[in-house]
Amino acid sequence: MTAQQRHDPRRGDASTPGLEGRQAHGSLRGYITGYVLAGALTIAAFAIAPSTGMAPFSVVAALAVLAIAQMLVHLIFFLHINTAPAQKTNVLAFAAAILIIAIVVIGSIWIMGHLNRNMLPMDHLMQMQR
Amino acid sequence: MSSDSASLDMPSEDPGVQLTSRQHVTGFGFYLYLLSDGILFAALFAAFAVLRTATDGGPDGHMLFSARNAFVETACLLTSSFTCGIAMLACDRRNKFVALIGFLVTAVLGIAFLTLEIHEFSDLMAKGYGPDRSAFLSSFFTLVGTHGLHVTCGILWLGVLLVQFLLRGFTPAILRRFLCLSLFWHVLDVVWIGVFTFVYLVGGYL
Repeated sequence: MTAQQRHDPRRGDASTPGLEGRQAHGSLRGYITGYVLAGALTIAAFAIAPSTGMAPFSVVAALAVLAIAQMLVHLIFFLHINTAPAQKTNVLAFAAAILIIAIVVIGSIWIMGHLNRNMLPMDHLMQMQR
Repeated sequence: MSSDSASLDMPSEDPGVQLTSRQHVTGFGFYLYLLSDGILFAALFAAFAVLRTATDGGPDGHMLFSARNAFVETACLLTSSFTCGIAMLACDRRNKFVALIGFLVTAVLGIAFLTLEIHEFSDLMAKGYGPDRSAFLSSFFTLVGTHGLHVTCGILWLGVLLVQFLLRGFTPAILRRFLCLSLFWHVLDVVWIGVFTFVYLVGGYL
């Protein structure tokens, strides 16, 4: 088989990136599991947020963990992203996107936080140093 | 209907192979678009996180956001994602009735979500807290509005697709479009998880 034949997009096989034809959309059990898990995580997030017993930082951390867990539930049960060999390209593209998202979000918050602190108006700065 | 399904799933001739692989390629391309859409939303989330405290003496999240409203919106979107999945399973089994009902429920829940969001936006603007009030409100309206715009596009797309589905049944092209639409709809729900957590809960309570 020549390289040209291997890369012919019309000759799709099981390892072609993307989603397969039949039975590719999971099972009813999978969707119900995902729905119940996502619902439970949503209710937990809305229940934790108004609590006054915890320190604000720990509430934010708990909410972030719940949100990431729920996103994973959606990706696994609704979008069917898994570690099967046939999905290698999908997972690699997903990892690249996550890397860019992390750089954009963490980088923005980091840099803008520093700028905010270092470029305060002079009177604010004097008050802080007093 | 049965001849349509035979053409996709039991490829006896070369065109069948072509159609199956077309679905693979389209699905993968659409998946890449969705990842880039995720990066777009990440940028808007970053802007919101940076501008969260820039209220210019105006109201902040504690005064404006209603967790009850956000909870109902979340329930609408999560359930619509679920019914969309059920409809896709019915498409796999070529069950026209269940697929139609599933997608109709998805559309109705999407419209309910959108109605709540438009109501919230017009309520804020009527009180004078529009996007022009402060940088915080600009970033809020941009982030949540972009998500709402995506939902609007998804509902219009679904409406057009349902008309095509009623006219043509399960053709390979329709199945491919439903696949892309369901991916789009699930990703919108994933983005909404970030919105309700970091805008309505973190912004509204902390």
